[in-house]
Amino acid sequence: MATITLDTVRKVYAGNVEAVKGVSVDIDDGEFIVLVGPSGCGKSTLLRMIAGLEDITTGDISIGDRIVNKVDPADRDIAMVFQNYALYPHMTVYNNLAYGLRNRKIAKDEIDRRVKEAARILEIGDYLERKPRMLSGGQRQRVAMGRAIVREPAAFLFDEPLSNLDAKLRVQMRVEIKRLQKALGTTSVYVTHDQLEAMTLADRLIVLNGGAIEQIGAPVDVYDKPASTFVASFIGSPAMNLVPVRSENGRLQAESGAGLDAPNLHGSDRYLLGIRPEHLEISGEKANGTDGLSMEFTVNVLEPVGAESYIYGQLDGAGPEIVVRAPSHARYDPGTVLYLNATAADIHFFDAENGRRIEG
Amino acid sequence: MKRLQIMDHVILLAGVFFMVAPVFLAFLTSTHDAVTIYRSGMQFTLGDNFLENYHTVLTQAGGFTKQVNGLVMLKNSLILGFGFAIGKIVISMLAAYAIVYFRFPFASFCFWIIFSTLLLPLEVRILPSYEIVQSLGLVNTYTGMIVPLIASATGTFFFRQFFMSVPEELLEAARIDGAGAWKFFIDILVPLSKTMIAAIFIIMFVYGWNQYLWPTLITTDETFFTLVRGIKQILKVWIGAQIPDYDQAMALAILAMLPPVIVVVIFQSWFIKGLVESDK
Amino acid sequence: MKKVQFRNAWFPYLLLLPQLSIVAIFFLWPAAEAVRSSFYLEDPFGFGATFVGFDNFVDTITSTDYGRIARFTGIFTFCVTFLSLGIALLLAVKADKVIHGASTYKTLLMWVYAVAPPVAGLIAILLFDQHVGPIVKLVALFGWKMQIGVNYFDTGFAMVIAAVWKQIPVNFIFFLSGLQGISKSVQEAASIDCRSGFRRFWTVTFPLLAPTGFFLLIINITYAFFDTFGIIDVILKTEPGNNPVTLVYKVYLDGFRGNDLGGSSAQSVVLMILVFILTVIQFRLIERRIHYT
Repeated sequence: MATITLDTVRKVYAGNVEAVKGVSVDIDDGEFIVLVGPSGCGKSTLLRMIAGLEDITTGDISIGDRIVNKVDPADRDIAMVFQNYALYPHMTVYNNLAYGLRNRKIAKDEIDRRVKEAARILEIGDYLERKPRMLSGGQRQRVAMGRAIVREPAAFLFDEPLSNLDAKLRVQMRVEIKRLQKALGTTSVYVTHDQLEAMTLADRLIVLNGGAIEQIGAPVDVYDKPASTFVASFIGSPAMNLVPVRSENGRLQAESGAGLDAPNLHGSDRYLLGIRPEHLEISGEKANGTDGLSMEFTVNVLEPVGAESYIYGQLDGAGPEIVVRAPSHARYDPGTVLYLNATAADIHFFDAENGRRIEG
Repeated sequence: MKRLQIMDHVILLAGVFFMVAPVFLAFLTSTHDAVTIYRSGMQFTLGDNFLENYHTVLTQAGGFTKQVNGLVMLKNSLILGFGFAIGKIVISMLAAYAIVYFRFPFASFCFWIIFSTLLLPLEVRILPSYEIVQSLGLVNTYTGMIVPLIASATGTFFFRQFFMSVPEELLEAARIDGAGAWKFFIDILVPLSKTMIAAIFIIMFVYGWNQYLWPTLITTDETFFTLVRGIKQILKVWIGAQIPDYDQAMALAILAMLPPVIVVVIFQSWFIKGLVESDK
Repeated sequence: MKKVQFRNAWFPYLLLLPQLSIVAIFFLWPAAEAVRSSFYLEDPFGFGATFVGFDNFVDTITSTDYGRIARFTGIFTFCVTFLSLGIALLLAVKADKVIHGASTYKTLLMWVYAVAPPVAGLIAILLFDQHVGPIVKLVALFGWKMQIGVNYFDTGFAMVIAAVWKQIPVNFIFFLSGLQGISKSVQEAASIDCRSGFRRFWTVTFPLLAPTGFFLLIINITYAFFDTFGIIDVILKTEPGNNPVTLVYKVYLDGFRGNDLGGSSAQSVVLMILVFILTVIQFRLIERRIHYT
């Protein structure tokens, strides 16, 4: 078990493509860190640099107290779970688990003990003599996990390990990974593009965009106080509504015209105003108060997803598309005009120019 | 619909007849004695000289020096087939591994040197090849017979294609598992290539066994003759013979084709897979 | 190439050493030697050589013999390629279609792949033998007095038949796997759009097979040029006389029988250029094929 420290780590590919732009972060011992971002944001590259599978252009990576920039992947005391599992197809499950240990010259009975123990934890004891191709996707996933566990490494690295599973298995394995990591207490770095996975697994999230860190924080903090419009629209589903607004007589209204009324809390002329779909309250009439937000909204489409429904529509007339989370029994015909209200505490303000959060 | 299917079968049966009949006829003829064949042509029935003819071809010493018989030629054919196939697979796997999995100076230069051999078949450089092998003192040796045939990069090309299709994550996983370059090759890559090796082995075995021109040039000593090479000797004896040994010639033809045909038929699916996929 | 590679100062060279040394000794050296000696006139007794520039090429190509042989090679290559591709395609299409006995047909149609060209030649001599050959007896019924080894046309005919017989299996295997690679749903879509099976073949199946066909075309031309040596040598009973031979056979004849080193080398170089062009075309096609799929 160990801490992992990244100090202004950069990756520049041939042709001067900067895939990772000076990332610094301290990962605590036993912490579960999730790197999340859209594809091409550099999250996998960063993980592979920690693993030693990619060279570091500049900067330092330390595992424990040791700078590992030049250390071979096998000597970094890490284990990795790959997206396609990368199981050795010609070896039995047992040998897949044991291979790395044998290469480390670990005693035979110790290997056997560790493999059996991992098999017990992951409930793959019955398949130890099978080859990977005879296993289902979920079972292969467990074997890949097992291969990481038996190593008893200082850190686990996960590269989108659940993306090849179907939706139901994914949820199940997600819960299991979380439970395992807590039980073993091993420092983990987990890469995903799925924000739900990121939210549920992470002790701390690192949101990456274009090779740079947008925000680091506990999932709740990232959700409650997104540092930028990028984070705001990436974390949370459906995404946060963002409306360009301007100041008019001390109040805010939509750039596109009427339909929105909110207090100007930070004294600028223009903002991007953010409000999450779940914080909008549907009402038949315009709210009277002046401390909150109120919008006039025309329904376009109602999308029931079971436990709840999403209503898509527009601000009075021509504004940007807005989505509202409504109870599952909600029924509104297209064209219906509604009023959406929210309290001031739930409104987010972002700089109209650079998209950074404006804090009171 | 039904009648169309019948037409299909008729066409296929005609094709099968065209492919099978000559060899079948050759086999039937090989079971008769030379005089019968000389008098009444190729035979359409099973004769009663089967054992005698094949026994003669396999054991009776022939040629000018009376040192070679069918069994010796069979042995030489096997040495050529196995030696060529194994040598080619080992050498081309090593080379392909270096080309695909290593970054080193002159890599692309080495690549092009090796693949330039695909440009020129042995037949067009046969004379200088013969002179060089002769000057190296390799005439009438198994080395001289086998090694120059390995110079063509077909095997390297096949394995390169195959290695490129192996998922990268396997190498990454193996490196994290502490496998070095040699260990990865032996523990992961070679076992993974098993089917590919089998397929290429079959193709190369057949290719080596069936070699004619090169063994003809490089072996003058009859104890190095292969079955396929032996055909040339038969033809030499024929010229001027009163009654040519048609029976023995056909028996030799059958013997010379039997081993590769058996290998190809038994391991059909591997062989086809190798042939079709490696050429992509 | 792989994204992740090993880095090691000497190990890759060690791996390449066997292949590279064989290539250097048994390929580069002879190839260079062939090019070199094509510009020299060698004394038949080996007492030295004189540089003669392009004389060997000029002498070779302008000789009437060469023209005749080149023409035969062209016709032979065309016949072998055309017939073996055509018959193999027909058989492959049928073998792909039948439900019963498909795998038996496949085995019976492909096994000849393993037969050595000279063995094919040996069987052909007997089938076409003036005294015992059943084919000679058969065509005699139609008034054709076939005389292999004597009549120029008859000998060439036997060579073509034997060469086609030997080459059908390879073409059949590739066509069949090409046909099986065409997705069932495409064929089903075609059968909804087009009622005539014949038209369907030419408008859907055949264009989809075209990449395989181009690829095989090159393979077959190379085969007819080089790999038919054994067939030809055996059918001629190693004594060509006035019978038809191919360009490759002439390289061998002039070099080993005629002791005309310079002329033989010049012919080699001409063939090298030809093969080089064919291979470049082939690589282009392979690239295209990969882009398709």
